[in-house]
Formats: sequence, C-alpha cells, structure tokens
Amino acid sequence: MQKAGSVPGNPGNPLWLLAEVTYKCPLHCVFCYNPVDYTTYGRELSTEDWLRVLRQGRELGAAQLGLSGGEPLMRDDLEIMVAEARKLGYYSNLITSGVGLNEKRIAAFKEAGLDHIQLSFQDSTRELNDFLSSTRTFELKQKVAKLIKQHGYPMVLNCVLHRHNIDHVQQILEMAEAMEAEYVELANTQYYGWAYVNRDQLLPTREQIVRAEEATDRFRQRVGGKMRIFFVVPDYFEERPKACMNGWGAVFLAVTADGLALPCHEARQLPGLTFPNVRDHDLRWIWRESPGFNAYRGDGWMKEPCRSCPEKVKDYGGCRCQAYLLTGDAANADPVCSLSPHHHLVTAALEKARQPTPAVEARPILFRDDRNSRALSKTPL
Amino acid sequence: MSEGLSLDEATIPELTRHFRLQWEPAQQSHVLLFPEGMIRLGGSAGEIMKRVDGKASVGAIVEDLEKAFPDADLRADVVQFLKEAHAKGWIRPRQSR
Repeated sequence: MQKAGSVPGNPGNPLWLLAEVTYKCPLHCVFCYNPVDYTTYGRELSTEDWLRVLRQGRELGAAQLGLSGGEPLMRDDLEIMVAEARKLGYYSNLITSGVGLNEKRIAAFKEAGLDHIQLSFQDSTRELNDFLSSTRTFELKQKVAKLIKQHGYPMVLNCVLHRHNIDHVQQILEMAEAMEAEYVELANTQYYGWAYVNRDQLLPTREQIVRAEEATDRFRQRVGGKMRIFFVVPDYFEERPKACMNGWGAVFLAVTADGLALPCHEARQLPGLTFPNVRDHDLRWIWRESPGFNAYRGDGWMKEPCRSCPEKVKDYGGCRCQAYLLTGDAANADPVCSLSPHHHLVTAALEKARQPTPAVEARPILFRDDRNSRALSKTPL
Repeated sequence: MSEGLSLDEATIPELTRHFRLQWEPAQQSHVLLFPEGMIRLGGSAGEIMKRVDGKASVGAIVEDLEKAFPDADLRADVVQFLKEAHAKGWIRPRQSR
C-alpha cells in the first residue's frame, strides 16, 4: 500500500531551509505567525552557528533558503550569511518588512549574491498598514520597493489578508502594479501564533473571500502575464486540509533564532516532542534520526478517520499544529477536514466571525510585542 | 513581457531573469530555481535547459543534442519542450542589451 508522507528512518532530502534568524522585529503585526512566547527563548545563534547550519543544510540537499524572522535585517551579520549561502549554491530569499533596508545594505546584499527580496505590506492604505503593524512604516515601504527595483531584484510583494483589508484587494493589486511587481502573494492569514490569539478579530467572512477572489481574477485578466498573483485561500474555508509542509519532515526544515530545528515553523508548541538544537546536533542526524522529525512521518501515527482514508496520501492528514491547537492532540485529523469529528470547531469560528463587530471587538486585538508576549507566556492559550 | 513572440530556429533563448539553473547532486538532477520555488527537471529536460545559455539558437541547441544523442530523432520534442518552457515563463528570447 502507498504510504502517506515520507518514510521514517529513510526520508528524502530537505529542499527548503528556513532560517528564522531573529525574533526581534520593529513591527508588531497582529497576524504574525511567530510563537507568542518568543520573549522566553534563549540566546540567538551566533554567526558561526548559522554558517555551519547553512553548510550542513546544503550538504543534505536544501536548495532554497528563506531568511526570515522576526525581521531578519535586525541581524547585522545577514550579509555574511547571504554571501555564504550564494557560495554554497542556495537560492536565497530575504523575507522582510523592509525596515532597515537602506541603500547601503541592499547594495551589500546584491554584492553578496542575494537572489530575491520579498517585501511585506499590510495594506494599500497608510492608515491600515500602520495600524495593523502598530508602526509608521507605509512610506518607508514605498521607498524600499523603489530600492528593490533599482537594484535589479525581482519585486515580490506579500500582503497578509484578513477581514480588515481583504476588501482592498483591488487597491493592493493596483499598488503592486504601480510598483512594477513581478509576483504578488495575497496570503490569507493562517491562524497560528499571534494570528490565532487574534482569530476572532481577523477571520473574514466567506462572502469577503469570494469577492476578493473575483477582484483578483478580474485584475489577472487585465494585466495578463506581466504579474503573477498567488491568492492563498485560508484553509478554514476549505473542506479538506492543506498538505501541510508537503508532509512532516518531507522537504522543509526550519531553524529558529535560538537554534531549534523544526519540521514546521509552528512545531515547537507541540507537547511531548523534543526538538533538537543545532548547537548540539548536526542537521543530518536531526533530519534523519531525531525522534522529533520522525514523529509524524509515514502514517503509523494516524488515527481515524485519516488512517483508513484514501486521501491520506494527498494531504497527510493536514496540519499537526492546527490539529493540536484546535483539538489538543496533534495526531488527530486537521479539523479543517469535513471528515474530522472536530470540524465543528472550525465552522463555529467561522460562524462567530459573521457576528456583528461589537461582540467580537469586546476582546482587544493583541499586537505582537514583548509586553504581550510575556503576558501570554504566563497564560496558556 | 513576452507575449506574441514565438521561438523559431534562429531564436536565441535565455533563462528568464531571476531564474537559475543548477545541478543538484543530492537530487541527481538539474533544478530550476526562482523566487521561493524550485522545479526539478527530468533527464532530457535538464539536457535541453543546460544548453539554453543566451548564446545558442534553437537550431544550434537541437544540433548539439543530436550530436550528443545520435540515435534519437529529437527536433520536434526539443522545440516542443522549449515552447512549453517559454509559455511557463522559464525562458524567453534573448533581450537586446
């Protein structure tokens, strides 16, 4: 019988290495997927640690490198990492808010061989961009977008969508067009980390999503091939779960600012699993042998309805972190799936999102900052 | 962009800007890398794509492949593949510099 997911003990190669080089961030976005208790983590990896991780990842076969965070530009050794990444043969992607990307640094990144910069926006309007990130960054981002173009990078804009900005999709796309973007990601919020805490304030209605998709299609037809637009539907509105990470420990390897190696950037919250630190182990052992990476490979861990489901080879039972977050057991089916006995948890959240605003706003929206992180670290979700 | 351009024998194709082709020992194959994406190329696709260097014309690529693989009749397949690669945005006719 065909096995779902990569095989424990004999996995393929990781293809993606995500380096979350820092959790420091000048922005305080309400939909951030970072862990809410990031202020409790240990010290950041050193430059040497990161260079070793890059080398070991490349030896294992990783070809795409994401430099993310937090805001990766908060590390002043990022140029060194980029240069090493290029030397090793990675295709390197800088995933940034743009804060800290000045003329001098962008030139240094070009020199070091950075392949691509993905710039995030929160909205097409200054008011909402600045509100959602709790900073005054709208103009700065416009300037950074120009710098990215001037230095010959592909222009990739990312905007996370939720109920407050999803009705602006057309204006967001027009802004991207004016910036001569080649790629635009309209990424609906995934409800982890800070976004999960703020879920009731962020979930759009189904009608909003339908309208946004229609606006996106109209725009696509108008601009043709000059801009590639990805519209990522939020999984809460689907009947089947996403094939999260293409399967646990199948192609994706994340390393956090404090050195934990994870099969998914949300995995450190899962109870009962210990993930190895790159200070103590090399990536080969971590990828192939560590219990954490083998925990949900294959399908031996699955429960019903996944275990006997013909679709398990397609979606691997969805997202382990979402299963844990909503049902308390990571081995359950992702409750996004309509076959899950916990699916009502998702439909209830969607129903709540349809209620008039005051009921929802009774609980304040929480910005991602150190004070809130410390508070949330004490109170479990 | 590249709408309306066709690839004939004399066209010199090049990789689209921001795409990179490289051999991956771990995968034993050529891959095409681009912002946040990667396409693994099968054996023949790799053989064709590694000849797309912004210097050789479609005709020259076919000729070179026929030299390397003399037993096969490749022309139609190669031209078809290059057309598809063009439609997918991996390659484009060389731009004037």
